[in-house]
Amino acid sequence: MKNIKCDCGHVNPEGTVLCEACGKPIESNQHIDGNEKNKLLNMRYEGSARRSKTYNRTIVDKIWMFFSSVKVGVWLIILTLIASALGTLFPQEMYIPPAVDPAEHYRDEYGIIGQIYYQLGFHNLYSSWWYMLLVASIGVSLVICSIDRVVPLYRALKKQRPKRNSVFIKRQRYFAKTQDVSKQDVEKVVSQLKKKNYKIREEQGHILAEKGRFSRWGPYVNHIGLIIILIAALLRAHPFFFVEDYVWVREGETKIIPQTDQQYYIKNNDFIFEVYDENDERYGEAIEKTGEMIPSNFQTNAEIFKVKGEPLPGQDPELVKVNEGAIQVNKPLKVNDLAIYQSSYQLNEFQSMSFKLHLRDDENEESLGEFTFNMNDPKSEYDLGNGYRVVVDEYYPEFYMDDGVPDSKSKYPKDPAFIFFVYGPDIEEYEVNFLAVGTNLNPTEDNKYKLSITGVDMRDVTGLTLKRDHTLPLFMIGAIIFMIGVVQGMYWYHRRIWIHPKDGELWIAGHTNKNWYGLKRDLEKVLEDTKVEMPQDQQELK
Amino acid sequence: MDYFTISSNFLYASFIIYLIATFFFGATIRDKNRPHKKSKVGSIGFVITIIGFLSQVVYFITRWIASHHAPVSNMFEFMTFFGIMIVLAFIILYSIYRINLLGLFALPIAIIIIGYASVFPNEISPLVPSLKSHWLYIHVTTVSLGNAILSVSFIAGLIYLIRQIDQSVRSKKTFWLEFIMYSILSTVAFIAISTTYSAMGYTAEFEIPEVETTIEYNMPAIAAPNDSEMLTTDKMPPWFETPGWMNGVDAGRKFNSLVWSLLGGLVLYGLLRVILRKRIAAAIQPLLRRTKPDILDEVTYRSVTIGFPVFTLGGLIFAAIWAQEAWGRFWGWDPKEVWALITWLFYAGFLHLRLSRGWHGEKSAWLAVVGFAIIMFNLVVVNLVISGLHSYA
Ligand code: HEM
Repeated sequence: MKNIKCDCGHVNPEGTVLCEACGKPIESNQHIDGNEKNKLLNMRYEGSARRSKTYNRTIVDKIWMFFSSVKVGVWLIILTLIASALGTLFPQEMYIPPAVDPAEHYRDEYGIIGQIYYQLGFHNLYSSWWYMLLVASIGVSLVICSIDRVVPLYRALKKQRPKRNSVFIKRQRYFAKTQDVSKQDVEKVVSQLKKKNYKIREEQGHILAEKGRFSRWGPYVNHIGLIIILIAALLRAHPFFFVEDYVWVREGETKIIPQTDQQYYIKNNDFIFEVYDENDERYGEAIEKTGEMIPSNFQTNAEIFKVKGEPLPGQDPELVKVNEGAIQVNKPLKVNDLAIYQSSYQLNEFQSMSFKLHLRDDENEESLGEFTFNMNDPKSEYDLGNGYRVVVDEYYPEFYMDDGVPDSKSKYPKDPAFIFFVYGPDIEEYEVNFLAVGTNLNPTEDNKYKLSITGVDMRDVTGLTLKRDHTLPLFMIGAIIFMIGVVQGMYWYHRRIWIHPKDGELWIAGHTNKNWYGLKRDLEKVLEDTKVEMPQDQQELK
Repeated sequence: MDYFTISSNFLYASFIIYLIATFFFGATIRDKNRPHKKSKVGSIGFVITIIGFLSQVVYFITRWIASHHAPVSNMFEFMTFFGIMIVLAFIILYSIYRINLLGLFALPIAIIIIGYASVFPNEISPLVPSLKSHWLYIHVTTVSLGNAILSVSFIAGLIYLIRQIDQSVRSKKTFWLEFIMYSILSTVAFIAISTTYSAMGYTAEFEIPEVETTIEYNMPAIAAPNDSEMLTTDKMPPWFETPGWMNGVDAGRKFNSLVWSLLGGLVLYGLLRVILRKRIAAAIQPLLRRTKPDILDEVTYRSVTIGFPVFTLGGLIFAAIWAQEAWGRFWGWDPKEVWALITWLFYAGFLHLRLSRGWHGEKSAWLAVVGFAIIMFNLVVVNLVISGLHSYA
């Protein structure tokens, strides 16, 4: 390293623009911060030697230079911004109805633009490789630019001396000269500065008053927060840190909780769905206006069980209740590190239907035999006694007619229909019964017997989301550090005032990293009732 | 009187009080005192503003009591609250810088926003389960405050631009400045038109046969819903249909409002031009002579430095905590969330550009304008047009 020795005796690292100790501009390096064109000195990084501005030969140097440039950083931010905005033009794939084909959906709903949107992959923009690459580059840039600046800045602020070079003083934004200042006036200024919480250092009559230096570290602190957040986002890819799953549980049913190694079970005791009363005095008017039911509560009353011991293969495990409670929208239930959230529901699913057999023209429909079809445990044949039996030919959980042919929309018993074959001692072959809620279509008019529904049992189904998320604390820490950093850098200011005796005159200069108005008010207050000239803003916008 | 009525009356009162305060701030232009020093009229204006603000606080509290939840849950309440926060942000920055002109611009903007809020239905509505959480109002209030402080940056930036841009020649800059004026006037026109027609009780119904729904218009239809038939017979027939690529059953009505406001804005703007016989910004410019551009630039920047942390806290951190509670995911790329991210990235960009000296002054002021456009886009367009979990209307 070629060090540079300043006239004041301080040895600076290569690439220094302003001597760390006295601030004297180092002739050969003025182009680095663009000082040679300007009357004032660029004080952004105290004229310290940054790697990115010093070395540019090897490929590593070049990469370092690229990522440490604020211009590049801003471009990355702007590109991410534009990409993010494009992603909101149409809904992302996760927000379109799950059953549809995305290719068709985007074309049919949004026309040609929608089709292009889909083909370019904008329907999954935020998980696309190039979006992630953009965010990752911001991360890299953050790390490199921070390291590039924070070390030299720290050095420069640590090495600074109260006695500065006159050129440095003259080329500050706030600057004034006063002739014939009395000692008393200087003392008055110093005591005023102390009152305003400035730290005073003196060297051969030269005074440095400084306050709020720690605010200079704000940006670096907040960048660390951002990096922690980006790391947390990366960790989510690993199942130890993040898992998400889903389970549907019917009322009365007990199910294994996924992601627990089959150690835990959940029982849905009751699903509660409540809406606001439209006669409500407070909200009635608004409810009437929307013309819809407005839900007020979704809740699952659940019990959690743990498997006791090692269950034998083929045997039902023995369960011990470990927890119970209500799962509501804003109130998840915890099982170890897994949180269970209320996230959907299905009301009035069929649980079972009961039927009876009777003679078709019997007005009293006297029962000749009965059976119950259980949707959870459908049998293919039911024995009614006395030689009568029913064979289930077809079962449609959610019945609809597809071009005149009966079919089922899903496997969930939302609107069941059946084709039953009835066998009996006095039936020649079998009789066909086609049953759905409210109808019994007998394809042949010469049936002797008829099946009728005697009862249905309905229940609700709750949809629960399960999450394990060990990245949350990390996100939280990152966010807190970020907040501390921004507040530190934005609500405090690094202000310095130099008092510089020179050839019988008193020179005074001021610098702050932001909020110049505040520095001006400090100066006005401090110089009040003294002969010392108020510094002029040498860079005022006209 | 019940709480609801009390609350509405206080809101109405603050509207009037802000108007009065605006006149006082206006009077400071003729004030003989030096700028930036305390002027009497300015101080009176400021006190009146604080009274108006307190009156709005009463609105907020009484409405909270009446509805049993913080009144920040629908478009009316949300926009009104944003108006309150703009006044608060103005109060904060006025206390630091004592710029009377800031009041002359900030209060009208707050008045327009409150007026805009009043266009939306103002009954008290219940909360759906996902909104029932303390985080609802912690989040909404901090984001609003953050947005409002950032908006003051726009207000200072606008004053800067009106003062600084050369009006002797026509340029791209004068065009965009007039465009800002026109946008503000369009909003005013929209408020005036919809208030007038709703006071008249205007309705016209349309049927969209394909989806079997009827749509009610509360303003005469310039643009009918796509593929619709008019059911009302004694009202003005529509001029044309809303294009089919605009989505949703309400697209027609929203598009119609847009057409009305654009036309209304054109009429207002045209009238003003005829009266003033020069560009609106050029007419205002001489009044701003005595403010120092330097201090305006400082306010533009300072409000971003104050607003950015508040916005980050409310718009991203509290938002994420609430989303985690409500939906079990703290971030879901919902349009509203994405636009909060965009706002945040934009102002991060602003701060970084400010690091280089070339981005002070005029460029910075333009950026503040763009930032405000993004904020309004998120508050209005994303809520009303791009639907998502946060859709308010
Ligand atoms: C979303 C990403 C980012 C955010 C939110 C962010 C945030 C901030 C904030 C709030 C400041 C303080 C500004 C001020 O005090 O006026 C700052 C300063 C800074 N940032 Fe960033 N930053 C981000 C990305 C970057 C990137 C990618 C770079 C790399 C080029 C970068 C380089 C800097 C530098 C050099 C400073 C100034 C440090 C100083 O004043 O000493 N930032 N950043």
